[in-house]
Amino acid sequence: MAQKKSMKIKKSEVLEVLKKLGEQIYMQLVNEDFPYVEMPSRSTKNIYYDKKLRQYVLGDKYVKRTTRNIRHLRPFTQLIWLADIAHQLINQGKTCTLRDIFYMSQAYEVDFTDQPESDDIITDLESIISYAREDFNIFPEERSAIYGDLTIEYTVPRYEGKRINLTVHPDGVMIGPALATADFVDTSAEIVLCIEKGAMFTRLLEEEAHKKFNAIVIHTAGQPPRATRHLIRRLNEELNLPVYIFCDADPWGMHIAQVIISGSANAAHLKELTTPDAKWAGVWASDIVTFKLPSERLNELDIKRLKELEKDPRYGGEIWRREIQVFHKIQRKAEQEAFSRYGLTKIVDDYLPRRLEEMKSF
Amino acid sequence: MSSRIAKEDFYEISPADFFYRNRDIAGFSNPVRAIYSAIREFVENSLDASELHGHLPDIYVRVSIDEESKGSRDANVYVLHVEDNGSGVPPQHVPSAFGQVFYGSKYRLRQSRGTFGLGGTMAILYGQITTNSPVKVISSTGKHSIHEYVLMIDIQRNRPIILKHKTYKNENHWHGTVIEVKIEGDYSRAASKILEYFKQTAIVAPYANITFVDVKGRLYRFERVVLELPKPPMETKPHPYGSDVETIKRMIAATRCRDMLSFMMLHFHRIGKTTAKKFLEFAGIPEKRKPKSLSNDEIVRLVKAMKEFNGFRAPSADCLSPLGENLLRAGIQKELNPEFVSVKQRKPSVYSGYPFIVEVAVAYGGNIPVTGDVILYRFANRIPLLYDEASDVSWKVVHNLINWRHYKIDIQNSPIAVFTHICSTKIPYRSVGKEFIADIPEIEREILGGLREALRDLSAYLTRRRAIEMEKKRFDIFEKYLPKIAKFSAELAGSKNVPDVKPLLKKVVKYGTEKIDED
Repeated sequence: MAQKKSMKIKKSEVLEVLKKLGEQIYMQLVNEDFPYVEMPSRSTKNIYYDKKLRQYVLGDKYVKRTTRNIRHLRPFTQLIWLADIAHQLINQGKTCTLRDIFYMSQAYEVDFTDQPESDDIITDLESIISYAREDFNIFPEERSAIYGDLTIEYTVPRYEGKRINLTVHPDGVMIGPALATADFVDTSAEIVLCIEKGAMFTRLLEEEAHKKFNAIVIHTAGQPPRATRHLIRRLNEELNLPVYIFCDADPWGMHIAQVIISGSANAAHLKELTTPDAKWAGVWASDIVTFKLPSERLNELDIKRLKELEKDPRYGGEIWRREIQVFHKIQRKAEQEAFSRYGLTKIVDDYLPRRLEEMKSF
Repeated sequence: MSSRIAKEDFYEISPADFFYRNRDIAGFSNPVRAIYSAIREFVENSLDASELHGHLPDIYVRVSIDEESKGSRDANVYVLHVEDNGSGVPPQHVPSAFGQVFYGSKYRLRQSRGTFGLGGTMAILYGQITTNSPVKVISSTGKHSIHEYVLMIDIQRNRPIILKHKTYKNENHWHGTVIEVKIEGDYSRAASKILEYFKQTAIVAPYANITFVDVKGRLYRFERVVLELPKPPMETKPHPYGSDVETIKRMIAATRCRDMLSFMMLHFHRIGKTTAKKFLEFAGIPEKRKPKSLSNDEIVRLVKAMKEFNGFRAPSADCLSPLGENLLRAGIQKELNPEFVSVKQRKPSVYSGYPFIVEVAVAYGGNIPVTGDVILYRFANRIPLLYDEASDVSWKVVHNLINWRHYKIDIQNSPIAVFTHICSTKIPYRSVGKEFIADIPEIEREILGGLREALRDLSAYLTRRRAIEMEKKRFDIFEKYLPKIAKFSAELAGSKNVPDVKPLLKKVVKYGTEKIDED
């Protein structure tokens, strides 16, 4: 259970890699060469689905970013600046948001035009050093939440060694930088439930679903941030907890589950963000029929998205194919909240127990 | 019926009387135009008087309000004072030269600024009719005496009236002319045109010192920058192509030639024996024929044949005095200080038997403002043309015939000026006011050709300048970012020494124009 050391080791590894990047560029300058770096290409042509790893990975194509090319100069400068900042952040035990980075650049006259540009440079650094931005203390702003009987120990400064139980707050605990880097100490939970919608998350807590199902409940807040995806993986890997994902019954909800399970193309350069053994537990298209859920017609965008998913190698599994066919057949979609049509407790009292039982056979 | 018609009086009027009645055609239509035209005529006479005799012009012009007299409602009376260091007027000619219309030394076939011999006298005439004051002329040809005349014009008889004549000893052998005349006008409204006139004159006469003192006592000085005068024009005989029946009649009356062959050879421009023989055969007039025996019909046939015969050589340009590329460039440089100038002189050409030479210049940047359009400076026989720009042939070439995009020039946002100078024994003005030139195809073709040549130069210059600017921008980017990369990487590598990026910056420089500080 003691993960405390591993977090610290990881940080010092990241520091070392960043320093090496600095030394490499430094030496290129001393040798009067135009500094350059090489990184795996993130173009769609270099992204493959790895069936063994059950996630997207980058191929073996590399791109060279060189200061000999005038168009590379500014992004190169931003990259090395970012590496320097990341190094300082880790050393000082501080974190930044993506937005912070965008604004900080202005003080160093390496201005980014907009935040997508700075986000892109952050992704570049991730792929060069093969560590996720959370590993060099840069986090997105959106936060999802977690609730359940899990005791953690913080590794962040001032809280280092401090333990809390994640039932401490009735609304759940934000999954921020501190929680993402915390070590797991103890839990009595047997499963992890990932919920797409905030309203449904609150409903489950009110209905004490965590007790009923002996679960750690996670609110993904739509497509879950990477820190959350990483946390889900750790719960699965380190604590051996099965993970079940509940989303809206539409192509978009289905894809939230898929990203938690197999990762996204955007993060193909990163590992350890996926939970290949997690299960998509609903709401399925067939549930709309079975539970006679209030539903809406699929719109054009939904249908287009559905067709895209059909071609996606990640959707090769039996359950995915089956549900896509049902969507095509019924041409309807439903939200998680649709269960309220049959009373507020319907989902906890009827649907979830039935589904979780069913999932044992998957 | 006829007895009731009032008896008409028929009488002759003198040329002076004619111009008194029609002063608008000579550029004296209103008080604004009058003061401008008067200054212009005197300055041009002064320039001619100096140049034609090889003197570098020194001209002093002063306009002041005449305190004694009161002008009419919308005009004041001004004293106009003009001095030059020209050749001076021989004393016996002074009264006629300044007190008689159509008297002068300019009625010859060579290029000179004025052609009517009318300008200066017209200004004096206008001064006299508006203020009833005489003109004072002081002149010397550099010999022992200086002559001062006070004159008025007898308008009806076109004769000078000498009110006073004094002579002074000329100890320093001064030569030149001073004119002082009172004239009614509206200086305040003419001021901007007058200053523009001086400025443009300075462009085409960079070898002249011109000083102008305006009504408020402000002095404008246009300094000489070259010591070289343009080659003076030679006097020339008429070219047959430009002749008419009246000219031929006068020549026949005056000739001493006994046969038509020698008549053609002696009195016309560039006609040798062979050409004369061929022409007379073409015209069907025997070589031996006595010129004075030609009948009216034969003279008409001769003139018609002159227009139709293809064998004449084109008139020579010896009678022309273009500025030359160096002088025009110097003039443009001195008044506008542009960053780029291209001057092109075209080969001599001919229209209707009159030789002409076109000079074209293009200037860019410097003191030339961005006005949203090309600034056009037009000159004819070294006179700036300031009015009716849009009717001029040069305007047509600049605005209708040149494809500016072809030269990659955005005239709306460029500080660009075009200069056209046409010199000819006869400038084809469209009006008597001598302000704009007709679009004679031959002249239009030469302006277009010259402007295209000059624009090719400008286009090449701008392309190179853009390339250098791009290179500079490129270098600036390297200069901005490489030091930062050095600083961040040193920090990240934990080194206190920041690597020197100058060797890399040196590799960046492509053109030799930028230099890196070696400090």
